[in-house]
Amino acid sequence: MNERAPRIGVVTFPGSLDDRDALRAVRLMGGDGVPLWHGERDLHGVDGVVLPGGFSYGDYLRTGAIARFAPVMEEVRGFAEAGGPVLGICNGFQILCEAGLLPGALIRNRGLRFVCRWVHVRVETTLSPITAGLVPGEVLRVPVKHGEGQFVAREDDLRRIQGEGLVVLRYCGPDGSVGDDHNVNGSTAAIAGVRNDAGNVVGLMPHPEHAVDPDLGPTGGQPMLAALLEAALARVSA
Amino acid sequence: MTTSEALHRQLGLTDDELAEIVSVLGREPNRNELAMFSVMWSEHCSYKSSKVHLRSLPTAGGAVLVGPGQDAGAVDVGDGLAAVFKMESHSHPSAVEPYQGAATGVGGIIRDIVSMGARPVALLDPLCFGPLTEERNRWLLEGVVAGIGGYGNCVGVPTVGGEIHFAGPHSPNPTINVMCVGIARADRLVTSAIPVHAGSLLILYGAATGRDGIGGVSVLASATLEDGGAESRPSVQIGDPFAGKLLIEASLEMVERGLLEGLQDLGGAGLTCASSESAARAGLGAEIDLDAVPLRQADLQPFEILTSESQERMLAIVRPERLDEVLEVCDRWGLAAAVVGRLETGDGLRVRMGGAVVAEVPARALADDGPVYTRPMAPPPERDDLVADDPTFATYATSPGDALLAVLASPNVASKRWVWEQYDSLVQGGTVAGSGGDAALVRIEGTLRALALSTDGKGRYGILDPYLGAAHAVAEAARNVGCTGATPLAITNCLNFGNPERPEVMWQFAESVRGLADACAAFETPVTGGNVSFYNESGDSSIWPTPVIGLLGLIEDYRLAVRLAFAPGAVVYLLGETFPELGGSELAEVELGVVAGRPPALDLERERAIHRLLIDGARSDLLSSAHDCGDGGLGVTLAESAIAGETGFAVSLPGDLPPHVGLFSESASRVVVSVWPSRAGELEDLAAAHRVPFARLGETGGPRMVIDHVADLTVEEAAAVYEAALPKLLAG
Repeated sequence: MNERAPRIGVVTFPGSLDDRDALRAVRLMGGDGVPLWHGERDLHGVDGVVLPGGFSYGDYLRTGAIARFAPVMEEVRGFAEAGGPVLGICNGFQILCEAGLLPGALIRNRGLRFVCRWVHVRVETTLSPITAGLVPGEVLRVPVKHGEGQFVAREDDLRRIQGEGLVVLRYCGPDGSVGDDHNVNGSTAAIAGVRNDAGNVVGLMPHPEHAVDPDLGPTGGQPMLAALLEAALARVSA
Repeated sequence: MTTSEALHRQLGLTDDELAEIVSVLGREPNRNELAMFSVMWSEHCSYKSSKVHLRSLPTAGGAVLVGPGQDAGAVDVGDGLAAVFKMESHSHPSAVEPYQGAATGVGGIIRDIVSMGARPVALLDPLCFGPLTEERNRWLLEGVVAGIGGYGNCVGVPTVGGEIHFAGPHSPNPTINVMCVGIARADRLVTSAIPVHAGSLLILYGAATGRDGIGGVSVLASATLEDGGAESRPSVQIGDPFAGKLLIEASLEMVERGLLEGLQDLGGAGLTCASSESAARAGLGAEIDLDAVPLRQADLQPFEILTSESQERMLAIVRPERLDEVLEVCDRWGLAAAVVGRLETGDGLRVRMGGAVVAEVPARALADDGPVYTRPMAPPPERDDLVADDPTFATYATSPGDALLAVLASPNVASKRWVWEQYDSLVQGGTVAGSGGDAALVRIEGTLRALALSTDGKGRYGILDPYLGAAHAVAEAARNVGCTGATPLAITNCLNFGNPERPEVMWQFAESVRGLADACAAFETPVTGGNVSFYNESGDSSIWPTPVIGLLGLIEDYRLAVRLAFAPGAVVYLLGETFPELGGSELAEVELGVVAGRPPALDLERERAIHRLLIDGARSDLLSSAHDCGDGGLGVTLAESAIAGETGFAVSLPGDLPPHVGLFSESASRVVVSVWPSRAGELEDLAAAHRVPFARLGETGGPRMVIDHVADLTVEEAAAVYEAALPKLLAG
């Protein structure tokens, strides 16, 4: 038995927007949400880290390009290297890619327009902090809202990402079928989320924190955040 | 020597206004003072043409905590919380540079809400453009939508609603309005009720001041004034949503910690407006030191610093002993801050630069004592012909089914998904219902309550009858909010008109205000503020009189909110009565290409009865769906509920009206609801109790939309037409 709820840190960068939403979602799922500040070299002993959505530093240069240099990111890197569960959502995903903690990059959507839409994603691997306990092929309903969410990678990276099971989620239809119609931003191979080699760092463009409250809509984010809390809990017990 | 003789007219001041300034000062104004008066006495800031009419609006009572005269209005929404809301226009800048024009409009209205001490929680954008068959209008729409999204998405305030209309007169003059709503603790509202003391400091924080948007009065950048003709710069300001986001967080932290005596945003008329209003409201004067203002370039003239409309700036009034804490908050959010002045006893606003006094005027004269005009009014002579040419009993060659598809594909009616999918409607995690329904619902954190928000304008009715156009706009907004089960509380507005110096425009304005006043009184929804946008005309072409209403309502339990979507197996009712009223209708425009006739009549008491019925129905969880009849009439309402629920229906039109009239008449005070069969009697009893006429139309279910003897379509084909219309038009 665990004495306490897992503590999940949510980093606020200047320009983070979904930080409060991520904290609220963590709490709704039974976790202990801990606000973290970009300028502090301190994770306050959390058991898991979320880099939230938003437009850090306005994203005027390149999404996530400045945030990766924030003092807190050194701590996040150390935490990730020690095996701690790290989840990057939207801008957080972009920051993790910029920081080299995840492979690939996010560029402007095909069509060049911002898109806010409820989509379906298919679970591709259960080896990640947000899909452990789910079933490959399972379809979840979550929203996206981004202007630069088209996942791309160098050819060799892409081969590795696909070949070594680093794809965590793909955009799909309600029945799980993957096709151009369902690829909301034109991502390579419909990739919506990827993990690192070790399987403890994951980034995705959809927003699980906006899909947890049944009063507001579908709840496809619940199993993902439940998995994150489980992964964090494992560290509490360890 | 004074240059004012030549200058004042260039700055938009009349000879009489100059004489008044000379009399106030007891001397000729210098050019800095003239610049200050010209912006503060402009139509935009002084409401000099509209003031005498606006006085007739109901502004108090009910839930109102703060009425007009502050940066935004506020209403009580329970639990010690206040909803703060306001609407503004950014039409002129958007016509020149759609992206930045729209973006800075969003930034400006957000700062108005923040300056009341409220956290912005929702944005809505009512827009009007010329027909999309013209390339320039497509460019304007795409730019405006991208600008709204570009700012709103990046600043982290969800865009949850709005509307878009299309009409020829808006080609040269698009109407770009934006409404923002915020939530604050009622006891922390930053209003003029907070005592402000002489000796308090004026702290300017946020972006540096540049030469952009000088005065919003472009003539100020003239060679005459600049003594040598420095290059003129674009007069459209540039938005920086990242700085806007930091301003929100820093400002709200200062409010939360009780560090402020006052807070003003720098919008129109820049530092002149913020400092003179701050001083005048406190009944004090002020010393302003322009040398202390952080500048983007060193060579700015005093009048430029005084009237610059550089974005993302706020002015805080702070006791000297709290200065360090305020500076510390700004520093943590990475914002520049500077003490640029001090409030003083007396009433003079004294401005220094380089050791010299460069302007000295009474603050009240700038802020409160602007001119007031009672301009001549006369109905437009062409109006009688327009009204006489009523299309209600014209011949409609198209079958009702085909006409319904044509109306569903009309850009006024068709799905605006292409637009609202470009807006982040989910950030902040409070959106219970976004765009695409009758009203947006945004929950109030920590409660079961939600704000219900709707924006409505009826320009097409306005050109035919401005009184009815305005009253219908309020009625439709209230009905939209009522459809969700929420109680309408109060309104803000943006009154969009042509040139007030033309008697016809002034008449349209006065009639519209009369319509607003009557409707708001009948619905007990006071006006808590708003904005007047005149001069929306080019050459002889004025926009239609377009008062746009932003209505704020409240639902006690958002889990009981009613949506528009049909579910299978329900009984469909029409609440309200259909009359032969196709004047100014969508059908007449689509099928005949005319905007003519008499708009539908409006009985304000019958309208109110429908709102009460809807609220009672929602409270007892009686309604499976509810959707207002608006543009396109009953046919569109039924189709939209079917499309939203992917559920068809089989109904008969009530009464013995001709099919085109029954399906497309835009008679007011009508709503289509559906209930489970077991509760049909309950609905009928409720309608009778509220004295609302009703007709049982049929049932929901299946893939078809069957209107007995009139039309038989599939939901799928209706949806395809409805969703494809706007993207198809935009593709050119």
